Amino acid sequence: MTKGKITAILSNLLQVEVDGPIRQNEICYVLKAGEELMAEVIKINGNIAFAQLFEAGSGLKAGDQVHFSGELLEVSLGPGLLSKNFDGLQNDLEAMPGSFIQAGQRTPALDLDEEYEFTPLVKPGAILEAGDAFGEVPENALKHTIMLPFKFEGKWEITEIAPAGKYPLKHIVAKVKNENGESQDLSMVQKWPVKWPIKNYLRKERPAEIFRTGLRVIDSLNPIAEGGTAYIPGAFGTGKTVLQQAIAKNNRAEVVILVACGERANEVVEIFHSFPELEDLATGRKLKDKTTIVCNTSNMPVAAREASVYVGMTMAEYYRSMGHKVLLLADSTSRWAQALREMSNRMEELPGTDAFPVELPAVIANFYGRAGKVEMRNGTKGSVTFLGTVSPAGGNFKEPVTESTSKVARCFYALSQKRADAKRYPAIDPLQSYSRYLDYEEFQAFAAEHIESAWIEKVNRAKNLLSKGIEARDQISILGDDSVPLDYHRDFWKSELIDFAFIQQDSFDDTDMNSSLERQSFMLNRVLEICDKPQEFEDFSAVSAFYKKVINLFKQMNYSDFESDDFQKFNSELEALFNLQSIEA
Amino acid sequence: MIAKAFQPIYSRIKALTKATITLDADGVQYDELAWVDGRTAQVIKVDGKEVSLQVFSGTEGLGTNAQVVFSGSAPNIHLSPLLAGRYFNAFGVPLDGKDKVQGEERDVKGATVNPVRRQLPSELLATGIAGIDLNNTLVTGQKIPFFADPDQPYNRILAEVAMRADSDRIVLGGMGISHDDFLMFQQRFNSSGAGDKIVSFINTSEDPPLERLLIPDLVCSAAEYFAFEKQEKVLVLLTDMTLYADALAIVSNKMDQIPSKDAMPGSLYSDLARIYEKAVQFQNGGSITIIAVTTLNDGDITHAIPDNTGYITEGQLYLKKDPETGLTIIDPFRSLSRLKQNVIGIKTREDHPQVMNALVRLYADASEARSKKENGFDLNEYDERSLRFAEAYTRELLDVQLNIGTEEMLDRGWRLMSRFFKDYELGIRQNLIDKYWPEAKS
Ligand SMILES: Nc1ncnc2c1ncn2[C@@H]1O[C@H](COP(=O)(O)OP(=O)(O)OP(=O)(O)O)[C@@H](O)[C@H]1O
Ligand SMILES: [Mg+2]
Repeated sequence: MTKGKITAILSNLLQVEVDGPIRQNEICYVLKAGEELMAEVIKINGNIAFAQLFEAGSGLKAGDQVHFSGELLEVSLGPGLLSKNFDGLQNDLEAMPGSFIQAGQRTPALDLDEEYEFTPLVKPGAILEAGDAFGEVPENALKHTIMLPFKFEGKWEITEIAPAGKYPLKHIVAKVKNENGESQDLSMVQKWPVKWPIKNYLRKERPAEIFRTGLRVIDSLNPIAEGGTAYIPGAFGTGKTVLQQAIAKNNRAEVVILVACGERANEVVEIFHSFPELEDLATGRKLKDKTTIVCNTSNMPVAAREASVYVGMTMAEYYRSMGHKVLLLADSTSRWAQALREMSNRMEELPGTDAFPVELPAVIANFYGRAGKVEMRNGTKGSVTFLGTVSPAGGNFKEPVTESTSKVARCFYALSQKRADAKRYPAIDPLQSYSRYLDYEEFQAFAAEHIESAWIEKVNRAKNLLSKGIEARDQISILGDDSVPLDYHRDFWKSELIDFAFIQQDSFDDTDMNSSLERQSFMLNRVLEICDKPQEFEDFSAVSAFYKKVINLFKQMNYSDFESDDFQKFNSELEALFNLQSIEA
Repeated sequence: MIAKAFQPIYSRIKALTKATITLDADGVQYDELAWVDGRTAQVIKVDGKEVSLQVFSGTEGLGTNAQVVFSGSAPNIHLSPLLAGRYFNAFGVPLDGKDKVQGEERDVKGATVNPVRRQLPSELLATGIAGIDLNNTLVTGQKIPFFADPDQPYNRILAEVAMRADSDRIVLGGMGISHDDFLMFQQRFNSSGAGDKIVSFINTSEDPPLERLLIPDLVCSAAEYFAFEKQEKVLVLLTDMTLYADALAIVSNKMDQIPSKDAMPGSLYSDLARIYEKAVQFQNGGSITIIAVTTLNDGDITHAIPDNTGYITEGQLYLKKDPETGLTIIDPFRSLSRLKQNVIGIKTREDHPQVMNALVRLYADASEARSKKENGFDLNEYDERSLRFAEAYTRELLDVQLNIGTEEMLDRGWRLMSRFFKDYELGIRQNLIDKYWPEAKS
């Protein structure tokens, strides 16, 4: 193996003089007082390797020894990834002793002695290609297939396979050989470099089905499709994390991978605390059972922020290859971009806009491109749905990370400072935001069949009422309450009704936090019914008095279980109130 | 500090800037401390034999033949219970004329707490200020700054909060604070009889600006010692973090780093996060709560310093003067405590979340009415009511001078609502209205 010596240190950027061949992105280790500190080669110039250290450079000296691994940054893939809490380099945080993480501390991602109930799926003589299943083990509620490792090229024949039974992960469960007579032993675990997409699928499909988040402003107004992508930009405190956590709780995916990238530790602690208790709507089991957390908070090594999102994506693709529905959430992709910027500055590269590296748009595009719904060679389908948050400097969306992401993500959930200040949560601006999937014919057909025949028209009607309401509000504030026709007040209050009764949703209320599609369509119909009926009012204060009462009843309904007695009671009150005010057309 | 025996002395400086020097030296560690003609300096770059150091007090008057001695280690601190009641400068040297503190020597950078070993912060930290306890409830283990224009009495309020909040230990980090404010803190601590529970690391506006770069690490190391090893509830006060960030910008500028927004270094987010993330609730009961001050320029929170701070901390308390009443308040709109969810309505009365939100919403209606009025429009009856409500809300709840319990705040909230509004105008859950409205009404 190649060895080297440190020649220069600037924060966590090292220059290493090497004595042999090395690869771009190869992992190397610096020896410091008996510890090995991990670093990744990011540039090579002659016999000098530039390496980014996944630690602080404190205490290192010129002349310190470095050895190279020959491997790229890889993750372990196998049963047991679910319910684990990893750091950005896939170290198992639970396996680390003590309350503090010591520099250079590493723990295996999977416990190779842990036993799983293995069932063979093929017989000796079967011919497999990379990604083909040869066995299966139960992992929590999930069927975890054991596949021919993705790194294998060409066709391989099973020569031996273990009978059904309990084996530790490291046990050799199958032996294979290829046409050249090379043979290989297979355990239940394989490795894969995180920067390379896992591409063993047959084809990628256009997303067509809705991915349910339980949030009205998303599912109804700007839905994300299964296998789709979305980004959520917003100034600090506008609700990105609350929104992602709400989606992490409400979804019906089979696997959820949460990447906390350069954000607060306490937010992850909140998940550690609640997910073992909360129920998964899809299976009735605990949320923790289907969730893997990759946690590289802002005080953890900056260089590992980049790794963390790729580690998350690679695990997501792994479960997708088995035919599962995977949800990947990353909070915040801006921290990863900032880590790239810090390093690029230290390398004295020519900077792009706002000092970000010029390749930033390409890096972001490649990453979002890894999401999607795919069909495997055996006909099963799996998907990775990806939502990333963006933290634009000063809350201004005209900055490189937001702009680069806007070019690749298909849904845009713009968090508005004004809405957040007014505590109108979720602070997603319903009109500025969009979902490209609404324009997909496949998606429209799906909505017509599974929600309501004229659903998309209704959604558009609600959006029209909202924008009419904004115009009316502007007119009222320019001309004054008295100087505009009464209709302006009605238009304004209709949009307020849609906002308060439908768009706003309390993520901290056990009932309101999650709304089924059925409930969403009931509520939207009810709201539109009120907006569409002709009504007569004496003056503008009568308009606001009426709509405030209506809004109040809708809120009470949102706080009650769907179709419960309370819900019906408020609904009848609404009906009565409504009849009082209606006139015949 | 004394150099270790047999350390070589270098005396050929190759390059000098206002804040840094460069020379050839062997076996130097990254981050190592050194002395340049007695001035403290720290290694910030190693390039082969060439070493660059930042000189904390500046390089003014240094000769190219200045004597450079390396200490052999990164900045460290001596930890012991004897730190209590003492005042130190940015190098940990006593300011109070008493002896140096003996104790275990430790690297000030410290290790990261394993996130799975953190506890969910959920112990209420009451201050008696409604702008905090009612609207932006704090918990131990939280990190939150005051955002304040320079003309606001932020240090006085910080001292007041520190004296009222329940804690075992207070660690104060002063960065570029005025000497007057330093004396104010000292006096406030002593007059409350809390002098013995406080440890202070002080860099005033009279001290060299780069020295304040050392303050947060000293403060956090001391705080971590008391919180983790002594299981104490530690309150950390950091003021003014804007001046700390300004010092970071000076160094990165002298190092020819490409600045990002507002001439700040591209690593500002990581630099600040490293400090603020020291806030923690340990499983053993100890905790570190950080309350900081970030001064603003003309209320501009989009500037890189408050902006990055907002992205790191768990909310912010925005101090301002209410133009109607002239009282200092914590702005209900732009302030936020992100950990309040962990306690409100759970550790406090059930109606807390809804009452708080309703009051802020009604206050927002008043501010709309005010702008209507300013634009010369007639106010309707509702507008008039909400304006009267806003003034009462400010005087009876928001005023930072008040010192009341949380239940009393909630009761006052109900009374205010019933004085000015109808129950259906509140948007509060019916079962809470049924329970609290009639009493408030009577
Ligand atoms: N849907 C919601 N319902 C109720 N409160 C909310 C909601 N969304 C956000 N909030 C409030 O806003 C606060 C900030 O939200 P959040 O932490 O999600 O912001 P963020 O956009 O992730 O900020 P940052 O960029 O600083 O991480 C929350 O602590 C909560 O008080
Ligand atoms: Mg967030």
